[in-house]
Amino acid sequence: MDLLAQIAEQLELGDDERVHDLTRQAIDAGTPPADILNKGLIAGMNVVGEKFRVREIFLPDVLLAAKAMYAGMDLVKPLLLKENIPTSGTVVIGSVRGDLHDIGKNLVGIMLKGAGFEVIDLGADVHAERFVDAAVAQRASIIGMSALLTTTMAVMKEVVNLVDERGLRSSIKIMVGGAPVSAEFAREIGADAYAYDAASAVDRARTLVG
Amino acid sequence: MKDIRERLARGDVMLGDGAWGTLLMAKGLPAGEPPEMFTLDRPAVIEEIAGLYLEAGAELITTNTFGASPLKLSSFGLADRTEDINTLAVAAVRRAVGDKAYVSASVGPTGRLLLPFGDTDPAEMAAAFARQAAALAAAGVDLFCVETMTDLNEATLAVSAIRAAAPRVPIMATMTFEQTRRGFYTVMGVSISAAAKGLHSAGADIVGSNCGFGLDTMIEIARQFKQHAAVPVAIQANAGIPVTRHGETVYPETPDDVVSKLPELLATGVQIIGGCCGTTPEHIRALRALIPLRH
Repeated sequence: MDLLAQIAEQLELGDDERVHDLTRQAIDAGTPPADILNKGLIAGMNVVGEKFRVREIFLPDVLLAAKAMYAGMDLVKPLLLKENIPTSGTVVIGSVRGDLHDIGKNLVGIMLKGAGFEVIDLGADVHAERFVDAAVAQRASIIGMSALLTTTMAVMKEVVNLVDERGLRSSIKIMVGGAPVSAEFAREIGADAYAYDAASAVDRARTLVG
Repeated sequence: MKDIRERLARGDVMLGDGAWGTLLMAKGLPAGEPPEMFTLDRPAVIEEIAGLYLEAGAELITTNTFGASPLKLSSFGLADRTEDINTLAVAAVRRAVGDKAYVSASVGPTGRLLLPFGDTDPAEMAAAFARQAAALAAAGVDLFCVETMTDLNEATLAVSAIRAAAPRVPIMATMTFEQTRRGFYTVMGVSISAAAKGLHSAGADIVGSNCGFGLDTMIEIARQFKQHAAVPVAIQANAGIPVTRHGETVYPETPDDVVSKLPELLATGVQIIGGCCGTTPEHIRALRALIPLRH
């Protein structure tokens, strides 16, 4: 099995030390960093994401795979920055104002990074203005918002309105998720996408930038 | 008051309370403020809601301590108020119910992930639950309610810490499941059989599930828990799966829906029934009308 396939395999198995070593080997062998990222790390994370989406595996395996992903990324990222390799795009994520639930959001961040997106995580309890200001400052193509409390979902509409008012709809897409959120709610507030879970968030994000 | 375990041993079915979050918000809890702050700032509201559920017929009244482990409180800079928050929460419910109902101390997840999956040391998590349990035990509760857990390791740490802090108080432990192609599992991959056995091994006297689903699915979960549990089973269902109506999120199961499904739930042999997200005193009142109260 070639090195990149081994990286993907060990990432799926959640072995961060092996992924680190194999990534180091690949770099030393002169493998282009973009190939290590796409054919090794992202390829492995994609398999993990799909297995989790259908619940063939559960969060513990996803979290271990994410750690393995970061182990490889630690080595590859500086090389990518040096060569100005474009990522899949930048996504600003956060839990909306008033909402402190963040495990789902954190998982989305992990999966999006695994898919090659640059992720700016604003944390929890984020005001509408802060989502939009950060997206503009970071040249993000997507704002991703999460809410677990039904009373905080209204902030998502505020963000849509702000993006509209500032004339940014063509450059910034809006994706929403969280247990009480639905595709219908996303449509009603004018969001561009609804994601049921973290794995779906990656699919939707790819469609939005694609 | 009779020990809950004695009541269950003689076959009683006991009724818990319903959702607190929605009622706290209706009474002015600002979105974003942790519910535990209300215990410090507005204890009269806690007493009032406890009174509403008591009057609706609930026998087990839950304390406002779901997020009151020091690890969870630290997200709001409130870890140093752990003892106050837990003690005063128990006192508020006790003032409202006296000896007319059981005070059930809610213990929810810390919000952290244990090593190696996340970054939290099990010893740190155990210490956090121990600190919360000590305060609750000292305040005098009739039952511990470890709830909305998805990680069996975390739930085990919580139950063990409580058992050590309160050797004689009954412990109920419930987990939240998802429906997958291979059956019910928590998002961390815990099956009903693993939950039933693991929670019991850790020291739980009552095991089961809360949150995630309305009654139809919870009835199936109840059946499976009864197959695997060596102790009585508890079920606290949501008022259905939330739907969006005119931009608002609504939990669709009404008290009438609950009434129509109760016989099937009772037939599974579940002995503690309560309500989770979206339920109200009216849901509990509807259940009370159909579940005879024995003392």
